[in-house]
Amino acid sequence: MPEFPQFVPALAPQFGRIWVYLAASPLLGLTLTLCAYAVAHAIYARCKFSPLANPVAIAIALIAAVLAMSGMSYHDYFAGAQFVHFLLGPATVAIAIPLARQLPRLRRWFVPLCCALAAGSVTAIVSAVAIMKVLGGTAQLIASAAPKSATTPIAMAVSEKLGGLPSLTAVLVISTGIFGAVSARLLFNAMRIDSHAVRGFALGVASHGIGTARALQVSAEMGAFAGLGMGLNGILTAVLAPWLVQHFFR
Amino acid sequence: MVATHRSRPLTLYRTMLNTFAILLLFQCLGEGIAFAFHLPIPGPVIGMLLLFAALAKSPRLMAIVEETGSALLRHLSLLFVPAGVGIMAAGASVSGHWLAVALALVGSTLLTLAVTALVMRAALAATRQDGPDA
Repeated sequence: MPEFPQFVPALAPQFGRIWVYLAASPLLGLTLTLCAYAVAHAIYARCKFSPLANPVAIAIALIAAVLAMSGMSYHDYFAGAQFVHFLLGPATVAIAIPLARQLPRLRRWFVPLCCALAAGSVTAIVSAVAIMKVLGGTAQLIASAAPKSATTPIAMAVSEKLGGLPSLTAVLVISTGIFGAVSARLLFNAMRIDSHAVRGFALGVASHGIGTARALQVSAEMGAFAGLGMGLNGILTAVLAPWLVQHFFR
Repeated sequence: MVATHRSRPLTLYRTMLNTFAILLLFQCLGEGIAFAFHLPIPGPVIGMLLLFAALAKSPRLMAIVEETGSALLRHLSLLFVPAGVGIMAAGASVSGHWLAVALALVGSTLLTLAVTALVMRAALAATRQDGPDA
């Protein structure tokens, strides 16, 4: 049952009625998603593709503002947005394409990549849990934060297994993704790390899909290594996080 | 008019459809395997690994999916927007611990980025196959 907007009809009766009519169909949610992203991408381009103007963050803020002002429920919005959301599956599969192009290097770099993955995955879990524990976070918060660098579905499953709140984990995962995508360039410049392969892999391990999306916009090489980091860290986190949290933090 | 089946737009259209069919097929395979073996790994990630193996074996498959697949990835950011809106709108309760949560998130993300990059750079330099920072 669609919820009807509350404020809009009072402002402009005619516009309000049209909005109510449109909001009841998936069309409006889908249009809103694409338009908000187009605006966010234009801002991103205007800022010379600076990582600070992250298009995911801008688009989310724009849509959240429209939903809040119009009173449209998330449920109604998602009825349209789900068509975009659905493409996340095939797009994740498509990350194999840039990855396969890096095959010769993946063969040569097998050992360095494994070392970096193991170090990054353990750091992501242990540092989140340790900082949370030192600052007095509850057991539930610790369990929710442990898998935050893994891709959303893996992180939510791990969080549930550890007794965390999957919904809170989802917030932490998306925030981690956006924060990593925004801050990585500054950090790597300061550390004098220039290699796109190294930058990409670290971004994928730390900031999963949103980091990978940013890396793909910088270069295909960076995107390929980010996709690899995301996929491998997702798998390793699913194995490591329950074990680490149960053996060292209980 | 007779030779339109050879024209570029139609070929592009066809590779687009084929690419989507292939991507969805691999996603189905991945989802099926995750379900059958009760794996905690999402189906699309398994599908990605399977497609990677297939692309490594078949350059022909790569030729079909390369163009459309890369175009899809160029705007991967867009695909995170619907879930992101929902997650932020839900605003899960952090019950007074927001500072701990924010610091853990920022600190841990920066540490993870730095440690992964440093270890990878050091390990690459140690194997010395592509110069110091290739």
